[in-house]
Amino acid sequence: MTDDGIATIWVYLSTTPLLGLTITLVAYGIAYRAYLWSGSNPLLHPVVSAVTLLILFLVGTDTPYEAYFAGGQFVHFLLGPATVALAIPLYQQLPKIRRLWLPVLITLVSGVTIGALSSVALARLFGATLQTQMSLAPKSVTAPVAMGISEQIGGLPSLTAVMVVATGILGAVLGTRLFALLRIRDDSIKGIAMGITAHGIGTARAFQVSPEMGAFSGLAMALSTFTTALILPWLLQWLGWLG
Amino acid sequence: MQFLNGITLLLIFQLIGEFGARLLDIPVPGPVVGMLLLFLTLIARRSVAPSLETASGALLGHLSLLFVPAGVGMMIHFERIAGEWLPIAVALLGSTVITMLASALIMAGTSRLFAPGDRQDD
Repeated sequence: MTDDGIATIWVYLSTTPLLGLTITLVAYGIAYRAYLWSGSNPLLHPVVSAVTLLILFLVGTDTPYEAYFAGGQFVHFLLGPATVALAIPLYQQLPKIRRLWLPVLITLVSGVTIGALSSVALARLFGATLQTQMSLAPKSVTAPVAMGISEQIGGLPSLTAVMVVATGILGAVLGTRLFALLRIRDDSIKGIAMGITAHGIGTARAFQVSPEMGAFSGLAMALSTFTTALILPWLLQWLGWLG
Repeated sequence: MQFLNGITLLLIFQLIGEFGARLLDIPVPGPVVGMLLLFLTLIARRSVAPSLETASGALLGHLSLLFVPAGVGMMIHFERIAGEWLPIAVALLGSTVITMLASALIMAGTSRLFAPGDRQDD
């Protein structure tokens, strides 16, 4: 085949969703196998290596993100039904949730506040621009929600999506080590802290530890989404941090 | 068929959630409203249909995959991230550690206070 022929095929492929969708699944497949092969080394978290592989490929082939996302959006879309699906593990932990509703509520409101304010305060302290600070503020809630909040408070939604993913990975990687440090062994406590801090990526990690930790992480993730959406814009305005 | 029925139900709940959130003008995303509605439905029905278990197992089994396209979005923010790498790195790392530790300690303290006998450790 001539170079010209390949170029023509490439031009066609880069305009269809097929390429973006396929490379997302292939990159994740490779990343996941590498993660298992390394004995679940946290530095090889599948999201990190899949994102790295994809960016190298896109930059190498000079493909813009928008062209990639035409296919990637089909995977991204499944975040919606996956969020709804969290109701099932949650329901299975209902008796435990009934007993723990008050501690959960107190932890939720304080955890959400500490998470948002500590990120904005640290970013301010180290000289981030206001737009970056606001993009960081909702970093602990799941991507679609965080992007909506970011837009509302003057951040950049697409930058927020990246901060959300980075926070999720950090939480998933550091969480179990921090709990060991604090000598916390109760899966309901670990799950709540994981869900408040590291949303869906942390919840995915929590399900690997135990179904109970996963369910509590899913519960905390869902409730903190509500809490953050309701209190964060108001809190930042009250503190005069919106600029 | 199980998977298809399950995913259909999830999408219906998501759609109702989106619709309800917009109709009532609440600043919470549709899927989260859908999740709460499904949770309440399960409590009322007192059981989980096998189709829902199949579909949720499939989606939640590889939840990490679903974050990959958003993560690739980093490539359009290279310049900003390179220019502000220090505050971004400090804020992400510091805030993640602070939030994780604070939430775990508050949860441990409050559950000891309000739900004694529930903890398995210490």
